[in-house]
Amino acid sequence: MLSYIAKRLLLIVPTFIGITIITFAIIQLAPGDPVSLKMQTGGPGLKTEAFAKTVIAETKKLYGLDKPLHVQYGLWMKRMFTLDFGDSFKDHRPVMDKIVETLPITLTLNIISIFIIYIISIPLGIFSALHPKSLMDKLTTFSLFVLYSLPSFWVATLLIVFLGGGDYFNWFPIVGFMSDGAESLPWYGLVGNIAWHLVLPVTCLVYGGLAFLSRFSRASILEVIRQDYIRTARAKGLSELTVIGKHALRNAMIPLLTLMSTLLPALLGGSVIIEQIFSIPGMGRLSFESVLARDYPTIMAIAAIDASLTLISILIADIMYVVVDPRISFEGK
Amino acid sequence: MVWHQLKRNKLALTGLAVIVLLFIVAIFAPMIAPYNPNAYDLDSVLKAPSLAHLFGTDDQGRDVFSRIVFGARISLSVGFVAVSIYITIGIILGAIAGYYGGWIDIALSRLIEVVICFPTFFLILAILAFVGPSIYNIMIVIGLTGWTGVARLIRGEFLRLKSVDFVSAAKASGASDFRIIFRHLLPNSLAPVLVSASFGVAAAILVESSLSFLGFGVPPYVSSWGGILSESREYMDVAWWLTITPGLAIFLTITAYNLLGEGLRDAIDPRMR
Repeated sequence: MLSYIAKRLLLIVPTFIGITIITFAIIQLAPGDPVSLKMQTGGPGLKTEAFAKTVIAETKKLYGLDKPLHVQYGLWMKRMFTLDFGDSFKDHRPVMDKIVETLPITLTLNIISIFIIYIISIPLGIFSALHPKSLMDKLTTFSLFVLYSLPSFWVATLLIVFLGGGDYFNWFPIVGFMSDGAESLPWYGLVGNIAWHLVLPVTCLVYGGLAFLSRFSRASILEVIRQDYIRTARAKGLSELTVIGKHALRNAMIPLLTLMSTLLPALLGGSVIIEQIFSIPGMGRLSFESVLARDYPTIMAIAAIDASLTLISILIADIMYVVVDPRISFEGK
Repeated sequence: MVWHQLKRNKLALTGLAVIVLLFIVAIFAPMIAPYNPNAYDLDSVLKAPSLAHLFGTDDQGRDVFSRIVFGARISLSVGFVAVSIYITIGIILGAIAGYYGGWIDIALSRLIEVVICFPTFFLILAILAFVGPSIYNIMIVIGLTGWTGVARLIRGEFLRLKSVDFVSAAKASGASDFRIIFRHLLPNSLAPVLVSASFGVAAAILVESSLSFLGFGVPPYVSSWGGILSESREYMDVAWWLTITPGLAIFLTITAYNLLGEGLRDAIDPRMR
């Protein structure tokens, strides 16, 4: 098992280098002169000639775009390793400061969402697998499927109209992560206030993921139930509860672990839209605003940090995988 | 054989029918739309749905039904082109990795892992920030970021198939690598790609409409479903039809593609049933 983990750790080196290369390639796409930058931005975003000029000049300076490619790449590698991504073009604050402020908010939002997705969809999946083709199975599969096809920005818009003030109910706040001045509340008040603010955004992030995970756990359990050791467990007279709870579930849950690492990038991407709609000051909103303002240092820092976070979560999932299921390391994956 | 199974799945057939209908609407949009989608009519601003304006009018008096009919062109073409691009890339890279194995496979698998590490939606936004948003750039960028799933599928199928008898037979009879890949392996691995293409079109349409909703997709004068929805936000309290109709259009299209994808998967992979 240790050799597997060591091998797995070594494999993140080329992947990390790959991440640096891809992010570096994106920088190379930067427009070379203010005119072409202005041409691109027919829609929203920067308007003035002067600002376009500053963006181009600062981009060149920051990434050394007039130097030879290998020097530029060296500079970029150094930035990634020292986490020094320069100052924002927008307000000239260090990019890392902005990320340190916003990342905890986005992580809170996404970790709560992942947790709720698992809590709801695994029992649904188990139920469907144990009663395949029953009315409930068909009904849950179908309704989760409908939810999966609903665009989250539309649902968010409708939730705001119906539950967030509009003309109907005014149950939930629709702006921000907590109320102004909530920091001065006692801890339970603060937690309650944040929870109240997160009901609608978390709903929007959660409902789409349910279908995927519950179907996956249904399939996973159906597959385990057909194994010989389950038949053996039943044959030796164990109660159905023990057979399912102890023998089937534990084995069926293993593949679900790795899914956590695929959910993270999907949610981080999705939270760009949700944070923007609900004005939550997290990294998703920061990334959208920097895209609008062509704030290249911030965009590149977020890309590098998002990718590294996902890489770490893939690594953790893979290691958990062997810890839970020793069979894997023997197969010499 | 897939078609034979699919025929018995009513939901999947409904999805297919909706998709065909949408393509007809998109192709014949100028004939179907009763008004010019960009014609301002300041005498009929924010009118509720009526016989004259089936889906009402927007804040500039433009006919929402006509805008939605023309919006189908954007959504369907983005979905179709983007997915065609990434299926091509995915098939080529997956085939090379699966067929040759060894260090080529290790290198390509790392590349796949690298691309997976980036949250797709943010990666698309970030690249568009550099190259500028336009419908062509959206298609290309979705195409360039979406191929990993297909590549993994094809790689897996090739790994499984390359030691099967008919492939060994082809090798023994002196067939070239090119011929083995394209005549023997690929036709036998395409079924799961079809499933993933169907889901992929749904996802691409969702991405395009999200981008337009955020004001980062097609320019505002082009009718797109996400764009109409985005403009509706100011008038939500007075003009519900502006929010409901484009949202339903996106939802119906995505559902149709997802239903077809589900049906195809059931037809191909009986384990999920």
